Order: sequence, then structure tokens, then C-alpha cells
Amino acid sequence: MRAPGGPDVAVGDVLLAVENVSLSFGGVKAVSDVSFDIRKGEIRAIIGPNGAGKTSMLNVINGFYHPQQGRITFKGEARARMRPHEAASGGIARTFQNVALFRGMTALDNIMAGRTLRMHSNFFWQLLRYGPAMREEVEHRRRVEEIIDFLKIQEIRRVPVGRLPYGLQKRVELGRALAMEPELLLLDEPMAGMNLEEKEDMSRFVLDANDHYGTTIALIEHDMGVVMDLSDRVVVLDHGIKIADGTPAEVKGNQAVIDAYLGVAH
Amino acid sequence: MAPNAAARADTFPKLLVRNAQVFGTRPAMRHKDLGIWQTWTWAEGLDVVRAYAVGLHRLGLRRGETIAIVGANRPRLYWSVMASQMLGAIPVPVYADAVADELAYVLAHADVRFAAVEDQEQVDKIQSVLERVPKLELMLYDEKRGLRDYDHSRLHSMDDVIDEGRKALASDPSVGVWLDGEIAATKGSDPSIILYTSGTTGASKGVLLTGERSIKAASDTVAFDKLTEHDVSLAYLPLAWVGDHYLNYAQGLVSGFCTACPENSDTAMADLREIGPSFYFAPPRTLELLLTRVMIRMEDAGLLKRKMFHYFIGVARKYGERILNGEHVSLGGRLLYWLGDLLVYGPLKNVLGLSRVRVAYTAGEAIGPDLFAFYRSIGLNLKQLYGQTEAFLYLTAQPDGEIYSDTVGRTFPNVDIRIAENGEVLFKSPGMFAGYFKDEAKTAEVMTPDGYVKTGDAGYFDEKTGHLKIIDRAKDVGRLNDGTLFPPKYIENKLKFYPNIREVVAYGDKCDFVAVMLNIDLTAVSSWAERNNVVYGSYQELAGHPLVYDMLEKHVAEVNRSLAADKMTAGAQIKRFLILHKELDPDDGEITRTLKVRRGFIEERYAPLIKALYDGSKEADISTQVTFEDGRKGIISARVTIRDMKTEPVTPTMGKAA
Repeated sequence: MRAPGGPDVAVGDVLLAVENVSLSFGGVKAVSDVSFDIRKGEIRAIIGPNGAGKTSMLNVINGFYHPQQGRITFKGEARARMRPHEAASGGIARTFQNVALFRGMTALDNIMAGRTLRMHSNFFWQLLRYGPAMREEVEHRRRVEEIIDFLKIQEIRRVPVGRLPYGLQKRVELGRALAMEPELLLLDEPMAGMNLEEKEDMSRFVLDANDHYGTTIALIEHDMGVVMDLSDRVVVLDHGIKIADGTPAEVKGNQAVIDAYLGVAH
Repeated sequence: MAPNAAARADTFPKLLVRNAQVFGTRPAMRHKDLGIWQTWTWAEGLDVVRAYAVGLHRLGLRRGETIAIVGANRPRLYWSVMASQMLGAIPVPVYADAVADELAYVLAHADVRFAAVEDQEQVDKIQSVLERVPKLELMLYDEKRGLRDYDHSRLHSMDDVIDEGRKALASDPSVGVWLDGEIAATKGSDPSIILYTSGTTGASKGVLLTGERSIKAASDTVAFDKLTEHDVSLAYLPLAWVGDHYLNYAQGLVSGFCTACPENSDTAMADLREIGPSFYFAPPRTLELLLTRVMIRMEDAGLLKRKMFHYFIGVARKYGERILNGEHVSLGGRLLYWLGDLLVYGPLKNVLGLSRVRVAYTAGEAIGPDLFAFYRSIGLNLKQLYGQTEAFLYLTAQPDGEIYSDTVGRTFPNVDIRIAENGEVLFKSPGMFAGYFKDEAKTAEVMTPDGYVKTGDAGYFDEKTGHLKIIDRAKDVGRLNDGTLFPPKYIENKLKFYPNIREVVAYGDKCDFVAVMLNIDLTAVSSWAERNNVVYGSYQELAGHPLVYDMLEKHVAEVNRSLAADKMTAGAQIKRFLILHKELDPDDGEITRTLKVRRGFIEERYAPLIKALYDGSKEADISTQVTFEDGRKGIISARVTIRDMKTEPVTPTMGKAA
């Protein structure tokens, strides 16, 4: 399962490095001079209070925003500007804070859409749905069914996602991202708005995806319990500045982090 | 093996060998995997089970030892049962949704050294109680996911075990010969399986069944319903329940029919439709759930469809059952019914996956007459049976054409039923159990000196029909203080027929009047709330909503009217009721895994509410502990409102058919 383009990175080596990135919207500094790296095979959490610049950071990584300063190195290739579709074909997939699925399409079709970049048969064959296109579709469908099995969503295979409860929509979205077989998976608050049981399920899926598919995962999350349990390393942002970086235990004991979360008298 | 030798097969492994010879190319097992139905023929099934048995033997499983089977209805778990029986070991299926505590009890009580489990969830659950199951040595799992990094010194994948066995069989012919010897050595009088009862009354007991008796019992029912290798059933009931072991496993092996395993428990409805079984069993609760869903969807349908549905359901009520029973129906009636079948019943049965059902049974609890009539009226040959784990299921069943909603049928061939003086039903049956595992005291308790087994149910034979009627649990039938008969189940079932009511617990024994606690049905009531702009934030809030109370008050009033119609029950009308703030849940021990209410337990747990029902208070506070699915506990508190009901004067109606 290798994404096309770029050399392979061994487990434990740096897969993506963010160096001195700054991003501002007009006068508002969303991210200033932030550097950190994501190593192949790890689960990396980005946390911080509201407005800390977490989602902006994620948007920078997948090329949706272009930083004014700094650079991003993915699989050894440094880029100042990357477009989302380049990120996608380069092996970066993501989910969104507010679910972004094709609401009128079934769960199956949504996840199948994640395979689009991996379909190679030409337009003509696809139109006929015959020969190589058919063979290819069967193969892709098998992969998609594996993901459906993996996420235990067999019962909603044929249900339009617009009719699904939120927790399941989140799961379908994760499925679509996994269908891309990404090297780096960005999850923007995968557990937001979920109850305890849904969170536990989702945590297990994230861990299993990391374990089973070997996917490197960077996630933004508010629930500290989840972050501490899931992630290998945590980077903490506050007002667009990196204030801590390390293992969950190190971060938890860091005074700057405690201050940022609990607030201190200025 | 010669056919006449096969006919004498007195254990399930011998039957499996026979089936592989006689029905070799017929499908034995289906399972939907990755969205596609996979099929194994009897011959292929035997191959897998033989390999599996060799693998298990190499891991150390020996004759007479027990092995726990924990998980959903999946081929590999059924094969685990077959493979261990092949070695003369005794499988012990355990409910997959049992919390760790219950699981530990059964595993420890059954002395299991091995456990064949479905997936990581079950492995985790067993590992969390490992110190309470000291004899457990090895676990086998079906689903690999998430288990890669586990310590595999005491953990094996079923696939690997089967592969190992297959290699051994292929490389060394003597292994096959040895295995043939093992199969031949299985004895019909040896224990075949231990089924732990769900425990309506306290801790669960291990019911020990032997192969020969099990096969005898199953042969009788296979003949009764003319089941053949061309039948299909969907195995969606808990593996650990006698119903599944009997209806699917034993009947499947005896008749050679195909058992289809759903993709997972949530897809059973869709899988039912795809498979289109010809033999179908559903507890009343499932039938109720299906009907509720249909009714809710009809409420949302367009006006024309709704009108058409209700009109033809009316037609079905009038003629459907009589046509099914082969009684005389006017030509006009038949024509209307035919049209209804074309427009409504046929498509409805198709959606429910019941189009091809030839024989359908319901049992486990009394079924509401209206609910029963509904399914029969749309042309489903639904019948009732009565039985229990100790009998290896069937004691009575309704023959085709002799169907009554309030009876459980005639005494089954080769079964002997006697009614004790206190009204309790006693039986002797071909499938009768050999005793409770490691509990001779309990075994002696339920046996009469002359060898009958006490069912614990009160009943009598109806004079008109010769069918058995079960009123209630023998110990549950009570009397009000003024001496009026109080049959709690009877009242509860009347209320439970309303789609809005999911569960009912009625009180009245040794009290001045009857009072009930209700559970709303979340599916039905939330749909109603949506349509009526009733806003709520939680189950608790919805259950306590005044408008919900108003709606349920109407239901209770209707039940009172129907109770008043019969002189016997007129005194047992409901005077007060309340709606519980939480759903009764097996995880909290309030209902059993087979969804039967545990009255005594609820009485203790909700003591403040019951006290309030009888002391005249308008509301009462309650806090209860709840167990989440992962075993953690929390507290739910609520203030519950109580409503008073008017009772109806006694108004006996004449000649109304049941």
C-alpha cells in the first residue's frame, strides 16, 4: 500500500516536517513560527484551546491554506505551496470537523468515492462499465468492503448518509479517508459531539487503523482523555504558537500547557 | 458408512459424517462476508471440522473436557461446537453480550480449559476476569483484527488451528484414521453440550444434554414440520440459547438444511430478506419490533398508500386467518384477499424477508392475540410452541390448521405432559436433559419422584381444543387482597401490544389494587414526538413528558375496558401507573438476555416507586445504578410522576371470539 509519487519512508523516520510556518489572515495571526514533525507510523495529536490554530495547521498541511512563511517537507520533498489535490494524490487524506460527505449518496458510494484517485481505467471503459473497468471496480469494491467490515458499518451500506446519525456519519467519513489508503491521515476532531460509547468505538477504530493499515495519523482533539490514550506524541498550540511538544505524559505535566488550558492571571 | 448405519447416528459428529455423504453437495452453511454470501457444502463443512478437530486435539483438548463458545452466529463458532463434539469434548456456548461478570461465572462453573471466541472484544472481556477463571488455558479467536500485538502464548487464531490440522491430515494418513476412530467413539449417552439457562430466577444453571436424546427430539420435530435438506433458516438468535442450538444446529444436522449466518447482528433484517428462509423462528418481541417498524413507516407514507394499507389489513383481519386455516370463505372475500395479497401482503412479506417462509414459530413468551393474528392474517404460517431448555425445546406445538392465539398447541409426539395439582406443568420428553451440570441438588429439586420434570409454569389443557394453555409462571399468579385473581403476564401482554409501550411490570399480588410500571418504546414514541413537535433532550425527559403520559393513559384506559369485559379479570383493572425513567436493561440485570422481566429484582431495585404507587403519592424520587456496555457503572436519578386511572364497571360482552 504505497502512495504514488515520492520515496518510501521507513517506520519511525520523519514523514512530514513543518518548519517555521506562519499563517495570517489579514492582521490575524493564526499560526506563527510553528515547527514540528510527524514520524511514520505514529499517532500524533495536535491540541490546544479554542482558536489555538489547530485546524489552520491541518489546513496548511494538506495544502488548503498556503503559509506566508516556512515550509513543509512531506516524504523528503519540501514544498512551500501544495494544492489539496496534490496532497491527496501524494497520500494525505483527511476528515473534517463538520462532516463533509455526499449526503445524498449511500455510505458505500461515499467510501467508494475515496477510491477515485486509485482508479486507472480510462473514461471510455468506465462509461461502458465493462472489461478492465469492471475488473477494476470489483477490486476496488473488495477494498471498500474490507473497510466497511473494519468499521463495522455493514448495516448502513445502502443507506444515504444524510439519514444517518452523526456518529455514523463520522465513521463513514473515516472510511472514505481510509479508502484512499493514505500514508498520512489527518483527523479534525474525530470525536467531537460524540457520547462516551461512540468515542470509545472511534478511538478503537483510530488505533486499529494505525495498527492494521500502518497509517500515520495526525489528529486534532479536545477530549484530553482520548488524546492521552491514543497518541504517541502531542504538540500543543496556543494562540498560534507552539507551547509544548512531547509524549502525553510530558505534555500533561508541562506548566505552560496547564496555564493555557486552565487560564492564568495576566 | 452404510446408510443404515447412518440412520443410527446417535451423536452430532456422526450425523455430520452422514450428511457429508448423503447431502455432500448441498449447502450446509452460508455466511455473508465482505458483502458477499459465502457457502460451504456439507462435504466442505466436514473437511473444515475434521481439520479443526485435529488442530484442537494437538492443542490439548480431550474427551470429556469443556470448551466455551462465545460470540455471534458465525460459521467458525458453529464449527467450534462440531469440532469439539467430534473429539468428545463438551461445548459450552455463552451469550456474546454477557457482561464480564456473568461470563466469568459460567466459564468458572463449567470448568473450561479452552474458549473459542469471536473477536478482540470477547478476548478482552475474558482477559479482564482471568483470575476468576483459573482453569482457562487457551483462547481461540475468529476475527483477527486488533489482536496482532497480543501475547500469543495462550491465544490462537482459529484459521491457524484449522490450517495446522489440515496439514497434519494431509501429511499423515494415520491422523485421518485416528480421527475416524474418535468420531466412532463418540457415544450418544455422553454429554453433547451444556446450555446455561438465561436465569429468569437467579443464577444461571448449566443444562446438560446428551447427543442421542438431542437427536431424537430433533428428529421428531423435523418430521412434524417436514423439514428437508432444501430448507433454509437464518441463524440470528443467540448461539447460547436453546432455541438456536435446537432449531438451527440440531435440526440442521438432522434434516440437512442450510443454516445462514447474518453478516452481523445489526444486518439480520436485511440478511433475512436476501436469504428468504423457509423455516423461521422469532420470539414475540422480535415480531412486535417488526410490526412497530412497519406501522411507523406506514405513518410516514403518503395518504394513498396509507389508506390502501389500512383497508387491506382490515380485509386480512376478516378473511386472512380463515383462508390460512382452510375454512370456508366467500368468493368475494377470497377475491379481496387476493387483491390485498397482490398490493399489500406480498410486498410487505417480501420487505420483511418472509416471502418463502413455510413454517414459522414463535415462543418464549405469550404473544398478544392481535399481534399473532396480524402475521397470520397476511398469510404467514405462524404457530406457537411451548418448551424449555430442560426438555431440549419442544413440549407442545400447534399442528397446521389448529391455530389459536391463546394456546401453545398439542402435546408433541413422544412427549408426556401431566398437570400437577397446583396447576404446574410437568413433562417427560425424548430430549429431556441429563441434569444440571455440577448441581445435583437443583436437579433433584425440579424432578418428581416418578421422573417428570417441573417446568415452573402454570397451565391447563383446554377442553375444547385439547391444547395446552400457559397462564403464567406458577409462582407469579397471585391474588389481590380481596381475593381477585391477578395474572400479571396477562395484563402486561395486553399493554405491550401498544407500539408505544415496550415493557410493562404489573404489581397486585397481596395488594389492594393493580398498579403498573411502563417502559416507553423509544422508536415509536420518538417518532410520535417528531411528528407532534414534542421537544426532548433524553430518554428520561421523553418518558416523563406530560403528553407522553396522556397518550399512555389512553392505552391503559383501553386495557381497563378490555379487562372489564371479562368477569374473571374485571377486578384486576389498573388503578395507577407510572412511566419508568430508564429502559429496563439486561446489563442491569432487570431483564434476562432473552428479554424476560426479572420481577423480584425489579421489585427491590424500584422499591421507592412501588411504595409510591400504593401510598397515593403523586410523584416519587428514584436513583438507580446503571451499567454501561463496557462494564462501568453510573447513577441515574429522576422524579417520576404517577397517574391515577378510572376503572370501568364490569361489562361482560357476549360471544366475542378471541
